[in-house]
Amino acid sequence: MTLTQQRKLKTLLVGLASWCVALLLFFPIFWMFITSFKTELQAISVPPQLFFEPTLENFTVVQERSDYLKHAWNSVVTSFGATILALIIAIPAAYSMAFFPGKRTKDILLWMLSTKMLPAVGVLVPIYILSRDYGLLDSKLGLVIIFTLMNLPIIVWMLFSYFKDLPKEILEAARMDGATPWDEMIKVVLPLSVGGIASTGLLSIVLCWNEAFWSLNLTASEAAPLTAMIASYSSPEGLFWAKLSAASTLACAPIVIFGWFCQKQLVQGLTFGAVK
Amino acid sequence: MKSLTKTAIACAVTLATFNTFAETQITVATVNNGHMIEMQKLTPEFEKQYPDIKVKWVTLEEGVLRQNVTQDIANGSGLYDVMTIGMYEAPIWGERGWLEPIDTSGSYDVKDILPSIRGGLSYDGTMFASPFYGESSMVMYRKDLAEKAGVTISDRDSWEHIRDAAAAMNDPDNGVYGICLRGKAGWGDNMAFLSAMANSFGARWFDMDWKPQLTSDEWKSAVSFYVDLLDNYGPPGASGNSFNENLALFNEGKCGMWIDATIAASFVTDPKQSKVADQVGFAQSPYAVTEKGANWLWSWALGIPAATKNADAAQKFVRWATSKEYIQLVGAKNGWGAVPTGTRQSTYDNPKFRDAAVFAEAELKAINSANPNDSTLEPSPYVGVQFAAIPEFQAIGTTTGQMISGALAGSLSVDKALESANRSADRQMRQAGYY
Repeated sequence: MTLTQQRKLKTLLVGLASWCVALLLFFPIFWMFITSFKTELQAISVPPQLFFEPTLENFTVVQERSDYLKHAWNSVVTSFGATILALIIAIPAAYSMAFFPGKRTKDILLWMLSTKMLPAVGVLVPIYILSRDYGLLDSKLGLVIIFTLMNLPIIVWMLFSYFKDLPKEILEAARMDGATPWDEMIKVVLPLSVGGIASTGLLSIVLCWNEAFWSLNLTASEAAPLTAMIASYSSPEGLFWAKLSAASTLACAPIVIFGWFCQKQLVQGLTFGAVK
Repeated sequence: MKSLTKTAIACAVTLATFNTFAETQITVATVNNGHMIEMQKLTPEFEKQYPDIKVKWVTLEEGVLRQNVTQDIANGSGLYDVMTIGMYEAPIWGERGWLEPIDTSGSYDVKDILPSIRGGLSYDGTMFASPFYGESSMVMYRKDLAEKAGVTISDRDSWEHIRDAAAAMNDPDNGVYGICLRGKAGWGDNMAFLSAMANSFGARWFDMDWKPQLTSDEWKSAVSFYVDLLDNYGPPGASGNSFNENLALFNEGKCGMWIDATIAASFVTDPKQSKVADQVGFAQSPYAVTEKGANWLWSWALGIPAATKNADAAQKFVRWATSKEYIQLVGAKNGWGAVPTGTRQSTYDNPKFRDAAVFAEAELKAINSANPNDSTLEPSPYVGVQFAAIPEFQAIGTTTGQMISGALAGSLSVDKALESANRSADRQMRQAGYY
């Protein structure tokens, strides 16, 4: 086998493996999508049916039972609200740690990350009681605050890595021209980091959109986002897979479309700093 | 004339303002079961009857509902005005003063509620939750398969007879398994079934000094019998099956028998859901040495947390949703086969319901034969058939369920599973100060 043939074979195998992994990852979403068009009896049939007469009945049931638009609006407000708030806090924090590191900056960064290692349920009761006392139970503001705190360590870390990669010479040149630290951040660092900030924000929106633990525990009828709507379709007594799939499809659709349009920025955000 | 118009406008504005302020909104937390969803759909009828009350619904998955309502009630948050709770929670929370007593006065006809259900939702003679639907357990079997195998299934068969029938109907080559039973770990999953089965083998959870009895010969016999039965004649992966998984198997025609909640009868006889709807027979649960506690008793009920600010409106809603009139409303709108069952004697006395529900007689018999105050052969200090109504039981029941599910999956022996479960239960009871 010649070197060119070997290369072609390698490319083919890598391509094939990538397709297999992609299909494997996509399969649950595909199955959820087609299950949403089945009847409950078709959804549980063994062997599973790939070809069937599709029905929109489940979507009608979901539309009748749940106020989809209200849940979707709650998801939009909490995801975007928390992301904006987190960026407002994280940008100055990451900027100061990247360009004016102190003795304990690394420790602070590690400590921030360590808070993500604590299981959320460990702080459920104190957070619940605090939310109750400050009137934040079942409110969008309460969720925005929780989501902000939840994603802040990741956002600070991502922005810190991004800012660290900026050439120091540009900042020095700005200083030579008399720029204050505030000017440096607003007029130099931010314009240079728009891509990184955008991809960090996108990731934060996706994480907030998919969050279920706090949404289920801190909301009831007013602020419940789409994740709470999906959970309401699981039943202890009775068949529910088709209806649950329809609710999940409706809940996933906006963020999947959003992700589709922003996939370039998302991939960039997830991989920057990976190769130096 | 001008001043009259002004006065009229002022009156209208005042009235409108008054009406706006007078409207009470109540939030109802419930679980996603067919009957509950129907109640949600019929809420406009309640709002028509009480125009000053608006109802908001929060539907949750069972585990999440339990966690949320427990958090809400224990912290006095007042997030919910009406909550769906079970027979396990009602007496415990009632004793602690976390629930408002249900107003059973006047036309509510509390005596019409089945005595066993009423008793299970009460503490010290006061009803703390109103039953929305109730259930016991019974045998559901395939008449065609039983006939083909030459076996008969009757009320209160012995467990040996059920095993023989399962063996006769078992045909795994054609995808039919003799018997389907719960195997998934959980105090409300496999342990609901196993507690009732163990009761019939003469077992009990605790002795009169609250010492766990899981290593008793009775428990060992019951669990060994259960594991052997499912190993030999059950579907593969039985340790992961609970109500819904077995319902799916039965409706697909893959189970000869299924012993589970009576509420399943309405699903397995519904041609829209079941491929074997016209072939299902019913019988009372089997027993080994005693009929006491051989079938469980459960009710999904509506309770009012003491922290609610809208107790009056909540009472009105609970009385409406659990009334005879509500059952008649469902019967008239959706047919008598769709009414919530297991709560009121008048439902079973209604000829329209008896015609529509082939399982009516078996269900009523099962519910009436369950007594949560006397469910074990030897005396026990707790209330409940398939659970002990003490706060510690959820953890003890779930740990025991995990051990037995492990034994069913073959990862440990029955003796080891029960010893570990007993040790864990003993530790928890000791820590809780029972002895």
